[in-house]
Amino acid sequence: MDFAFFWEALLTLLPGVPKTLQLAFLSTGLGAIIALFLAMMRLSGIKPLDWFARAYLFVFRGSPLLVQIFLIYYGLSQFPEVRNSIFWPLLRDPFWCAIIALTLNTAAYGSEVIRGGLLSVPHGQVEAAKACGMSGFRLFRRIILPLAIRQGLPAYGTELILMVKATSLASIITIMEITGLAARLVSETYLVIEVFVVAGAIYLAINFILTRLVQGLEYRLTPHLRERPDAGIVMPTRETAGERA
Amino acid sequence: MQQPGFFELMSFGEGGWGPVMVMGALVTVILAICGFTIGAVFGAFAAWAKIAGNRTLRVTADVYTTVLRGIPDLLVIYLFYFGGSAFLTWVGRLFGSDGFIGLPGFAAGALAIGITSGAQHTEVFRGAYRAVAAGEIEAAIATGMPRTTRFRRIIAPLVLRHALPGLGNVWQIVLKESALVSVTGVVELLRQAQVGAGSTRHPFEFYLAAAMLYLVITSISSATFRSAETYFNRGVRRG
Repeated sequence: MDFAFFWEALLTLLPGVPKTLQLAFLSTGLGAIIALFLAMMRLSGIKPLDWFARAYLFVFRGSPLLVQIFLIYYGLSQFPEVRNSIFWPLLRDPFWCAIIALTLNTAAYGSEVIRGGLLSVPHGQVEAAKACGMSGFRLFRRIILPLAIRQGLPAYGTELILMVKATSLASIITIMEITGLAARLVSETYLVIEVFVVAGAIYLAINFILTRLVQGLEYRLTPHLRERPDAGIVMPTRETAGERA
Repeated sequence: MQQPGFFELMSFGEGGWGPVMVMGALVTVILAICGFTIGAVFGAFAAWAKIAGNRTLRVTADVYTTVLRGIPDLLVIYLFYFGGSAFLTWVGRLFGSDGFIGLPGFAAGALAIGITSGAQHTEVFRGAYRAVAAGEIEAAIATGMPRTTRFRRIIAPLVLRHALPGLGNVWQIVLKESALVSVTGVVELLRQAQVGAGSTRHPFEFYLAAAMLYLVITSISSATFRSAETYFNRGVRRG
């Protein structure tokens, strides 16, 4: 194994990192918005909306992401109507096709996370807010959504990691992100193991940092679960609690 | 020229692509079963290492699951496909051959899927083992069952029952992951759709048909797993 080559491979692959992150963040962000709408559709209690959201989930979770990418990138360009439409500049570009496919895909998975979060909001909190005179959109914005986000954050962090991994599929439609650059470097040098070890290490580093960031955010959002910093309050120990009882 | 419609392209008659697409779907299922089985073997060993292994084994299993869940599946498939051939050629050279020996795409793909899904299997099995009540194992010891009998009669069936929902999820992931093996040229469902799209210039119809076949396979398998769960939980009282 040629160790000097590792450094060279790292320098070749690092320019792919911004593309990977762009793909991951843009699609996860856009996907979260669609996911919120899908989750609300499922919880709306309006039958047609619920059915639509269920069908959406079935299609996008039941078929491989790569098929969805191909369908959008190769499939849609077959129709002259699409080629003459205003969306053509977007659909002609592999980058935006990848973004669209990744967004639609993550929206399906994310909507289940958000739905779980929305369902987990305790009734008491909603009642308390109503007692304070909040209702409708204000209740949703101030009470339900923040609590749902806090509850769903760990699971959404997992989804973000899955999306970082999924961006590697964009290399198949000619996007030069980390995997794309790695595949090209392999075809130039034939040093398969070295290149993929470096590429794998870059992905691991990205995912490690993202996991830590999400954990940090989770820590910030849950101050009520932390131990109190001031030791002035004497917490009842087992002995004192027993005395009182 | 009259454009052929979707049903004409996918017909089972003269000149229709129906039969080869169904064959592709069959290859996809076989590939997924191979990958899933290899993954279950890896997962069982890694779960055992995490539960009962010594420090070295535990750390090895931890590294395995962390790394395999942190890097893209496509990278693993590329690594096995290109790396496997390089490795075989190197081994061949040791034995005096000087030609290139390629690892077949199917083998590389099944192995790559197996190793990536093994990381997920590990967590499923470990969680399922944790769910086995200590009292049941104690009761088995109390009745005097030796280690292997205990594993075969008590632990394995209970772990499988608890693992079933998780295994269903892993299977769905494996099935979708098998589409990535098309990059190695294995003519599974997606690759077959690519071939059809290329030769007829109707990519939309072919990828749509592929997506529909994937949906059929995932629906059938989730129904199968659901009925398996009901069957294996028939002795469990609810509520």
